[in-house]
Amino acid sequence: MATATSSSTLVTGSALAVSPNRPAPKPRPVMEFLSTYVFSKDHKVIGLQFLFSTLLWFLIGGLLALAVRWQIAWPWSDVPVLGKLFAQQGGQMAPEFYTMLFTMHATVMIFLVIIPILAGAFGNFLIPLMIGADDMAFPTLNMLSYWFMWPAFLFFGASFFVEGGAASSGWTSYPPLSTNVAAAPGSGWGQTLWLLGLTMVGVSSMLGSVNYMTTIILMRAPGMTMFRLPMTIWAMFITAVLQAFALPVLTAAGFMQLADRTIGTGFFSPEGNMVNNALTSTGGGQPLLWQHLFWFYSHPAVYIMILPAMGMVSDIMTCFARKPLFGYRPMVYSIAGIAGLGFIVWGHHMFISGMNPALGMTFMVSTMMIALPSAVKTFNWLGTVWGGRIQFTTAMLFALSFVSMFIIGGLSGIFMAATPVDIFIHDTYFIVAHFHYVLFAGTAMGVWAAIYFWFPKMFGRTMNEFWGKAHFFLTFIFLNGTFFTMHILGAVGFPRRLADAYHYETFHHLQPLNAFMTWCAIGMVASQIIFAINFFWSMFFGPIAGRNPWRANGLEWAAPSPPGHGNFDFQPVVYRGPYEYSVPGADKDYLMQTDPPNAAAAALAAAP
Amino acid sequence: MGSRWTGMFSSFLFLAVPVLGVATFAVAPAFNIWLPKDVSSHGATIDSLFMFILILTGIVFVITEGLLFWFLWKYDAAKATGPATYVHGNHTLEVMWTVIPAGVLLFLAIYQMNTWANVKMRRPAMAPTLEVVGRQFEWRLRYPGRDGTLGTPDDLFLVNDLHVPVDEDILIQLKSMDVLHSFFLPNLRVKQDAVPGMKIPVWFKATQTGQFDIVCAELCGWGHYKMAGQITIESRKDFNAWLESMYAKQEATQPEPAAVALAQ
Repeated sequence: MATATSSSTLVTGSALAVSPNRPAPKPRPVMEFLSTYVFSKDHKVIGLQFLFSTLLWFLIGGLLALAVRWQIAWPWSDVPVLGKLFAQQGGQMAPEFYTMLFTMHATVMIFLVIIPILAGAFGNFLIPLMIGADDMAFPTLNMLSYWFMWPAFLFFGASFFVEGGAASSGWTSYPPLSTNVAAAPGSGWGQTLWLLGLTMVGVSSMLGSVNYMTTIILMRAPGMTMFRLPMTIWAMFITAVLQAFALPVLTAAGFMQLADRTIGTGFFSPEGNMVNNALTSTGGGQPLLWQHLFWFYSHPAVYIMILPAMGMVSDIMTCFARKPLFGYRPMVYSIAGIAGLGFIVWGHHMFISGMNPALGMTFMVSTMMIALPSAVKTFNWLGTVWGGRIQFTTAMLFALSFVSMFIIGGLSGIFMAATPVDIFIHDTYFIVAHFHYVLFAGTAMGVWAAIYFWFPKMFGRTMNEFWGKAHFFLTFIFLNGTFFTMHILGAVGFPRRLADAYHYETFHHLQPLNAFMTWCAIGMVASQIIFAINFFWSMFFGPIAGRNPWRANGLEWAAPSPPGHGNFDFQPVVYRGPYEYSVPGADKDYLMQTDPPNAAAAALAAAP
Repeated sequence: MGSRWTGMFSSFLFLAVPVLGVATFAVAPAFNIWLPKDVSSHGATIDSLFMFILILTGIVFVITEGLLFWFLWKYDAAKATGPATYVHGNHTLEVMWTVIPAGVLLFLAIYQMNTWANVKMRRPAMAPTLEVVGRQFEWRLRYPGRDGTLGTPDDLFLVNDLHVPVDEDILIQLKSMDVLHSFFLPNLRVKQDAVPGMKIPVWFKATQTGQFDIVCAELCGWGHYKMAGQITIESRKDFNAWLESMYAKQEATQPEPAAVALAQ
């Protein structure tokens, strides 16, 4: 807590005056390099470490998705590249390989990309900068939260190469398929490593969330009241609370499943359960128990995967609409409402699981009601754009597409919430469409908005706008080609997770549509080459950005780009909320949170 | 920042979302990419609920996406003059767009309760027509024998070939031998997970004769995709004839009933 204390002395006293940059330490090449860039305790370096790691896994997850799409479009045909790598049947994909692919696609995207890129990368990088702190409250814990990701990377990565391959019981890992070693090839070592990897991701998230909560509560700059926090910080704060309360349940459930698999307990298997002629450990348990515990975490996790993106998008949209956020407090309350309701809706994943149908009714009502705060947020975003002066930058286009796509993802959720309709569309491509609209078309687009927006702060240079827009247009078109069509596929009842559905009379005419979707998916992944080149090129050769290239209000834009250790070269003092754009009578169309109200007040603030 | 051309192009891109979105749903039925033929007594209510929600969300979709397009078009910084409107929100609007959706959602929730109760809670008072047991990777069926009760030595065992009479209540006892499966009859709007250690009732009434798919809809291992069965819906007369032929086939290979008393 040393940092917190030092910051609170800054708050109270004389340090309000401008303080010089810290002197550069003497060069000690190797140790210096290790402690600055590898085992760094600086939140910005840790944030970038998270960013680079998760972007790399994003690529892997995307390629896994392409392999999945290949099999759905042209089942049992030779897979290019990958087929030679994993040649099992002369370049053709084996069905157990297919189950592994979609299991690991979801696992990688959820646990190694979305959650760590939002909380780990952007949470780390932005929280101290946006609240005016010099670092996180617990820098060492923060470093550990990144380094606990590495065992997870290794466990998940290694699981591809063990006997039987990686986990293949779906990312939901339902027992007894996941607990009985004989149930599937991937239910051997692959599943054990999966559970260990999940635990490590959990440790990392928990260390992060404790840190974020403490930092946001204790280390805000003078004048930064809770209701002057940018939406990004509110979202990160509530996400951290969600993590802290939901995650222990998943960790415990993970250990229970691990025990079922390794030391012969029977939490999740009924008495005498035989799978593939092998007895499942002791028995005496209940498969549904795992589903309850898993979704008790994983439903709030859905909000962990979208709330930070909502926050970041709100900040980006206000900046490029040059307009205050419409309904700041309703926006905060609706995030809190989503988080609160998020704990009592997990049963909607289990409407047809064999859970008592009477329970389905209560979960249906709470699920319907959670659509409400999402609707309120959407209306307020529309209100923010209304009457603005919209600048179509790449970051803004991605932020706008977040809203446009989140409308689709939000509305399609209502179909599943309606229990009788869910009977038909449960486990079909309708749900696949729904969560890809929320997580890819929503969160991933929000993340791109955030990357284009905060890139200048991260690296001191801006990304190329032309190629940024090209990246946006192609991604936007291809993603809709891939995912929108999934809705009508779901309307036919086309089930997910089938290696080949065309032998069914009901589905055999759907292959051409699936081939179209796969072409779009290939286009979508290929478009990311533009992003990758733009990203790395701009890092080194992009135009120098200066402190505030977007003429935005947030505290982070008052710091140098990129900020040095300790972030601010002066003690930031906050005078207003973060959304004071186009204030009548002001000499410019933005008023930074640090801009003193007037000269007299400035003099007062500067006085010792 | 950015030319008028960028703003126009981007606005139209966002306009394309509702236009092509609605078009996709409008065109899909013409290509038979739509709800499969319904042959159940309860399916019509599920389908009409689906359509009701589709229209409701479709209206919200078109309005919100349309507004987004209109605002982008109208308030493009390259086109609109003067400063942006300085406003922090509107209390009346907030109340309106909280209360109205809340009412609609609550209505939806209550409106569908009866259908749910009919399909999953109000089980017909009758003995099970048959037992369906999921197993990697097949559907095992157990019909009562000539004595009409399940669990006796004369029961009839079949795999993947489900026959039911039309226009009669069918009550299935759903079980699983190994992992989770899901008993999915797309044309009868029936889906229910089979859980090892649980006996779950599933009921429906078919309204038309014909042959339809039985699909496994819950991942059950590497062969999940091929866990297919077939349901044949036929008249009572045909059903009885089929059942009789099955009994006869079984009895032809069976010793006298007295010799199999140990089976139960």
